[in-house]
Amino acid sequence: MSDSMIEFRKDLFADERDDRLTVIGKPVRRQDILGHVTGRSPFFDDHLFEGLLHLRCARSPHHHARIRRIDVTEAERSPGVVRVLTGRDVPCNLNTLLSLLDFGIDDEPVLSGERVRYMGEPVAAVIAESEAAAREGAAKVRVDYEPLPHVLDVEEAIKPGAPVVLDIYPGNRFICHGKYDHQKLRFGDVEAALRTADYVVEGRYQMSPIEQAPIETCGAIAAPETNDRYVCYTSTQALFFSLATTSKVLRLPSSRLHFIGGTVGGGFGGKVDSIHEPLAILGAMLTGRPVKYAWDREEEMQVGGPRGAERWYITDGVMRDGRIVARKFVGYFDSGAYTRLTSYAIMKAVGHLPGPYTIPNVYADVYCVFTNRTPATAMRGFGITGVDFAIEAHMDKVAEVVGMNPIEFRILNSYRDGDMKAHRRIAKNCALIECCQVVAEKAGVALSPEAKRASSRQGGGGERAQLPPRTALDEKGRVEGFAAHGYARKGHRRGAPDTPVRPSPEPAFARTSSALPARDIASKPPSTAGAPPQPAPARAAPSQPPLPSPPSGPAPRAPIRFSSISGLRRR
Amino acid sequence: MPKKPITFVLNGAERAAFADPGQNLLDFLRRGVGDLTPKYGCGQGGCGACTVLLDGEPVLACLTLAEAVEGRRVDTVAGLGGPAPHPLQEAFMAHFAAQCGYCTPGMLMSAKALLDRNPRPTREEVIEAISGNLCRCTGYEPIIAAILSAAASGARP
Amino acid sequence: MITAVETYRSAEEAARALGGGGAIYLAGGTLVMAEVNANRTPPRLVRTVDPGLRQIVASSETIRLGAGVTMAQILASRDCAVLHDVARQIGGPQVRSMATVGGNLFARHPYGDLAVALLALGARVALAGQTSLRSLADLLRDRERPALVTQIEVPRPRGDRAFGFVKIARIHPRGASLLSIAAFLPREGSRMRGVRIAYGGMADRPIQAAAVERALEGAVLDEGTIARAVAVAAQGLEPPTDSLASAWYRREVVGVHLRRLLERLSRP
Ligand SMILES: Cc1cc2nc3c(=O)[nH]c(=O)nc-3n(C[C@H](O)[C@H](O)[C@H](O)COP(=O)(O)OP(=O)(O)OC[C@H]3O[C@@H](n4cnc5c(N)ncnc54)[C@H](O)[C@@H]3O)c2cc1C
Ligand code: FES
Ligand code: FES
Repeated sequence: MSDSMIEFRKDLFADERDDRLTVIGKPVRRQDILGHVTGRSPFFDDHLFEGLLHLRCARSPHHHARIRRIDVTEAERSPGVVRVLTGRDVPCNLNTLLSLLDFGIDDEPVLSGERVRYMGEPVAAVIAESEAAAREGAAKVRVDYEPLPHVLDVEEAIKPGAPVVLDIYPGNRFICHGKYDHQKLRFGDVEAALRTADYVVEGRYQMSPIEQAPIETCGAIAAPETNDRYVCYTSTQALFFSLATTSKVLRLPSSRLHFIGGTVGGGFGGKVDSIHEPLAILGAMLTGRPVKYAWDREEEMQVGGPRGAERWYITDGVMRDGRIVARKFVGYFDSGAYTRLTSYAIMKAVGHLPGPYTIPNVYADVYCVFTNRTPATAMRGFGITGVDFAIEAHMDKVAEVVGMNPIEFRILNSYRDGDMKAHRRIAKNCALIECCQVVAEKAGVALSPEAKRASSRQGGGGERAQLPPRTALDEKGRVEGFAAHGYARKGHRRGAPDTPVRPSPEPAFARTSSALPARDIASKPPSTAGAPPQPAPARAAPSQPPLPSPPSGPAPRAPIRFSSISGLRRR
Repeated sequence: MPKKPITFVLNGAERAAFADPGQNLLDFLRRGVGDLTPKYGCGQGGCGACTVLLDGEPVLACLTLAEAVEGRRVDTVAGLGGPAPHPLQEAFMAHFAAQCGYCTPGMLMSAKALLDRNPRPTREEVIEAISGNLCRCTGYEPIIAAILSAAASGARP
Repeated sequence: MITAVETYRSAEEAARALGGGGAIYLAGGTLVMAEVNANRTPPRLVRTVDPGLRQIVASSETIRLGAGVTMAQILASRDCAVLHDVARQIGGPQVRSMATVGGNLFARHPYGDLAVALLALGARVALAGQTSLRSLADLLRDRERPALVTQIEVPRPRGDRAFGFVKIARIHPRGASLLSIAAFLPREGSRMRGVRIAYGGMADRPIQAAAVERALEGAVLDEGTIARAVAVAAQGLEPPTDSLASAWYRREVVGVHLRRLLERLSRP
């Protein structure tokens, strides 16, 4: 790589990088590149097995249907077909990816037997002597479907009376922390601040699903080894994640699974779903032969989990001088038919709010919504890309309303070192202002002397390091009957039964729309900017209802913060 | 189903193997002959990862009937370079023209087809020459730079 | 699933084998093999190694293209200069070294760029086992009946401004046409006689734009004529909506591209 492609700004990150490093910051030839240019890098499919069998799934042509009957007799008789698998052959035919982190309720079958919830959902797997024979066999799987009403839009899906995608989530909303039908962020009092703002600017933004589209499609080859193990060559991006998922789904100790991966023909997030390994290994177990299960391009595009669709509503309160005083988000992530990683994506998104800007009052309700679309999964910029697009599009819109140059508007509102962020951590190593200045220069946009002088290292902290004097809380979207599943929950036993506590017959969602009376929280700010925040003992204002006591012991030693995955926890 | 014996020249050496009816050249090379360098990306002509040279012309192996190569010459990345890398391979390494490396064999064969015909291509001609090859990781700029620099180096075995 | 590949010495034998049904003819394979790979074809593949199908024979009046001539062959032939601009815009280099003229006549929307050009040029086709030529317009109207095309006879246009082609794609180079336009504008003195305008992407197959042809026929190619032609660019057409463009968009922009093409051909 040519040096000119990177510019190191020593003025900004002088303390962050040691100049004596001999590798970082220097162009280095990749260790795997000779393999790439000679075509010898071993991708999963670059392993030859004598007697290799090919697995192909029969898939639902409906968005949503009940399965009355699956008849595989004709498929079994098709030339070259060795074995046909259905859900009954899968030892543990219900899984959710993040169950490995004790997070979420098992919701997705490997091969569906009772209901299909998205077009292309697999219902049977045909294993045959050749790929062509497997295709022919899969076309001969006869399924008697009873089509059901379906829903393909997030806001349609949460309307009363919408078709229910997953019975365990009757409101088509994932339950966050076992408590709410959405992920909350509350920082300050947005409604009060909106009332005092000079302008209130609203916007609606949405993003379609995006397929990662790696040039190598996802797949795996599995074969019995002589030592009672199964070897599995896989395109997975997350080898141990796939190994543990397979171990769970096949009820096999991981010591019997020999996974080989690491050479991935492009992943971009789309190769974490661990779809192929369990079926390829199951096929190898049941036939005693090597089995390859890989998607063709059409499958990759249709049933490969994309970055899910998102829709965002943003309301900003802004002062005449351009300071944003309040920002409110309502976000909907389209999880598709199953949870996979979307529950986690919304936490990543909420942790990112309100974007790289210091705003004293921030509010977000973000929903992980189930629809009859292809289940969504990870993609680079996981959980962030859609809302970042929304935020930056909105920034432009607000700049226009207040009549400011959009770059100066960003500089004015940017995080500076030492500022308090909405998720209650102190901003450090900020560089947005400097990025804006470089962009303005390159784009030939003239900045005011003030904006030119601005620096991420100046003007932060102090007042800006304070937690809001008052944070408005509420019980909107509270649900009953769910257990909190979060790996960070202290004292939660791993291996405890994962079955959901079913919602009470009284629909848990009956109360979702009516916000319960707001509670207020007053908190003491951390002391110094830049340093990690000091304990901020929650203290109720005399006139307000008391706060629930903290879960462990007396006065907390550590500040409350949002962990990336499990919501509020102590550190 | 009757298999057909196919005799052809692969990277300069005579080879023979059996093809299934309707089998494409990509599958035939990979599973029948054991040359794993051409890659599957789509099986429908869209990605170019399977590009090989047939009598010197770039073709999509996934859309070529295996039987159609009877008596003909096929070249793949496995035959590129000798003990030392081919100048194109050298340039791809020097310019970071491969990230995951999956599109690389196809890119290299398209580039070779170009340079064999036109040793001093313009940038536009390079872009045209790799327009049938998709890369999802690297970005095309390093690949274009690599091909231009291989052409400039002039050395061709 | 393909159970047999039948390779014949002559096009006539291949045509007879196709007549039996349950078979598909394989030319360059750029479309057929994708279907084979997806297990969506009849069980027999029929092909021929007839050398006549790979020949280009040019005279002063016509170019005769064997149906198995590839885009790369067209580009390598100086006799086919009139078609270079079209052939160059078909697929990438790999597709061009495989894709045949014959296959292009049967390619489904959005493909068939060469067929659009050939339609405007008034090409005629020879079918295996038949002595008389059939107009391409006729063949395109009824592509379902299995008939093996052996040759395509293309009249040579006179002068640089007698023929032009544009392809509108969203990806450059190599994108599929969201629409394409070919214009054949022979002049008698300053007036156009025997005009043919063909569209791709404006119907389920390459078609002639009758209203545009009427507006141009017998006229001088000036600003007024161009305006009259553009005004009826989408008249009577029901273009498809697909992933490349909506019917609305196609109808909106076809006139814009027609104008640019006609203006190009009106300049001395
Ligand atoms: C990546 C890609 C990009 C492409 N880009 C373009 C493009 O830009 N423009 C474009 O026009 N096309 C494009 N195509 C489509 C296709 O490559 C061309 O239309 C090509 O000319 C088809 O010819 P073939 O020889 O490959 O046909 P084949 O695939 O062999 O056959 C296609 C059809 O025609 C029939 N057929 C073939 N020859 C005859 C004959 N002589 N008589 C009767 N029937 C016959 C076959 O039976 C079959 O039904 C593209 C294809 C791919 C895969
Ligand atoms: S695999 Fe041949 S073009 Fe994609
Ligand atoms: S390097 Fe990954 S597709 Fe090109």
